[in-house]
Order: sequence, then C-alpha cells, then structure tokens
Amino acid sequence: MITCPECEGRVAAPEEPRVHEIVECAECRSELEVVGLDPLLVALAPEVEEDWGE
Amino acid sequence: MSRDRIGVIASRVRTEEKSIMAALDARGAGYDCVDARTLWRGDQGAPRWSAVLNREIAASRALYTARSLEAHGETVVNSAAATEVCTDKWRTSLALRAAGVPSPPAVIAMTPQAALAALDEQLGYPAVLKPLVGSWGRMVSLLPDRRTAQTVLEYVGERPAPQARLVYLQRFVPKPDRDIRVLVAGGAAVAASFRTGEWRTNAALGGRSSHCPLGPDLAELALAAARAVGAELAGVDVIEDEAGGLHVLEVNDRVEFAGLQSAVQGRADVAGAVADHIIAAGRR
Repeated sequence: MITCPECEGRVAAPEEPRVHEIVECAECRSELEVVGLDPLLVALAPEVEEDWGE
Repeated sequence: MSRDRIGVIASRVRTEEKSIMAALDARGAGYDCVDARTLWRGDQGAPRWSAVLNREIAASRALYTARSLEAHGETVVNSAAATEVCTDKWRTSLALRAAGVPSPPAVIAMTPQAALAALDEQLGYPAVLKPLVGSWGRMVSLLPDRRTAQTVLEYVGERPAPQARLVYLQRFVPKPDRDIRVLVAGGAAVAASFRTGEWRTNAALGGRSSHCPLGPDLAELALAAARAVGAELAGVDVIEDEAGGLHVLEVNDRVEFAGLQSAVQGRADVAGAVADHIIAAGRR
C-alpha cells in the first residue's frame, strides 16, 4: 500500500509498477503518478493539458 | 543504449503502454521507456534505437519528439508527418478527401465570423465544431441552429491562443448513438469495437465499448484512412449514416485501445500487434 499525497488515503500498489504509471486514489479520486520504484513513490499526476489526447 | 533496442516514448504510462511493454517483454525485445518530458535533442546526431514507438500523450511534445528523433535518423512510429496530419483535424480532412476516403464535409474558417458565413452558405445545420487540435471529445460542440452557433462562436472568439480562434467545422451526419473504432497496425486491421454513448461516443466521455465484427468493407475503409494520413499504427473512428454508409471521422496516431481490447477480449491481441509492428519496423 502507498499513501495518497493528496488525502493520505491508502492506495493499493500496482502489481508490477512502472515509472510514470498512473494509479487512482479510491478515496479522493486523485490521479497519482509512480515516480519511483524502490521504494515505491507516487506524486500527484500532472493536470490534463489542452493538447493531450490520442 | 544500443541500436538493437526499441525506444518507447511516453510521459504517462497507461494501460496501453503497460500492455505494449509487457508484449515486448513476452517477445524478448529489449526496449527503453523514455519520458518525453526529459527528452531533448540537438540539431544533429545519430540514431540510438532500432525503432521508436511514439506514445507521448501531449500532441505538441509528440510532434516535436518525432521530428527531432527523425532528424537523428531514427525510425519513428508513427512518423512526424503522420502525427502532423492526425493531430490537425483540418489536415486530416484534406488527406482523407485527397485519398477518396468518405468523411463528413468539413470547413476551416479563419475567424468565428467567417465560420458563421460558412455555416450559412455551405455546411448548413446541424454542424459540429471541433478544436483544430484536441482529443477525447473535449469542447466538441453540436450546433443545431444559427442561434447556438453564434453563441458558441462568440466564446471561440474569446479564446486567447490565435490557433484556437481558427474554426474547424464538420457537417453533422445523423447516425445511431454509436461509432466504430478500428485499430490498424502495420497494414492490417486488427480489431474493431462499437462505442456507444451520447452523440459524442468518446471513451473519455464515458462511451462504452463492445465488440464490432470486422468485415471487409470496414477493414478496407480503415486501412485506406490510415494510408491517407500515413499512419502505420492508427485508431480510425468511423460512423455509420442512416443508410448504412460508412464515413471516417478522424484518425488517431497515438491510439488508446484499452476499451477496444476489453471489448474484443481474446479475439485479438492489440498490444501484441503493436509490439510485433514496432519490432518489424526496427528490422527495416
């Protein structure tokens, strides 16, 4: 488990985490970005920008 | 880094990127996942990878990533030229029209006032206004009549960026509340899904995906659309008109496919097809 930096809720770690992977906090719905693997670290993911897409 | 490895460019690792990298792992293909936010290149240099898969989520960074890496001799999938066309709805319309791929009539207007004239004199109502660069259905507006168009265009005219005040319009094609997404990889149509929702069916807006049979007409149309924009990997969005005719709405060069994969389940392996294609591109 990791701690949400926004609400301090407990967030389940991905099974096979990758750097820059996005996980969502089930408590506050914040998007979190994996920024380190050992130890597993997350930060608030950047806000969606206007030119984001597919 | 050695040139027997693949470059995967992504600043946001979503389900799609994870599944592509898992597919590369399963095939024993070495790769380097590079955060586009850390990327820089000079105006000359040598290639580092056998091929580069451009999965950058930000259109501006994706385009300049492709341009800068190609300047160093890298094989980038999709190419900068394809990304340039796909990220610009007007250029996509022109490319589809030039290739004879059916798509809704479109207009580019240099100002909101000119857009109103285009609606009056050519497109008529209802019409659809879309940001020239944008995705996920954001700010896509249905203009059922002139009064609504005037109101929406007044807002467009107040947007701060000059490019955002260029107006792209498409004729609205009456259709069922669904559209079709076809995934193309390396000259083959891999899978298709229906996306059902409100008139905008984008997955990002809550559109639900379900399996769509991939018949020859649909597959050929998707391949023609991908060829028209020069995309080796593409998500082709198709709508059906009330007579059953198919029209291409747009082509996505850094296609998201989590919904499609979930819809088609074991009928197709999209990430595997993408991985196979980028491995093959590295051997060209």
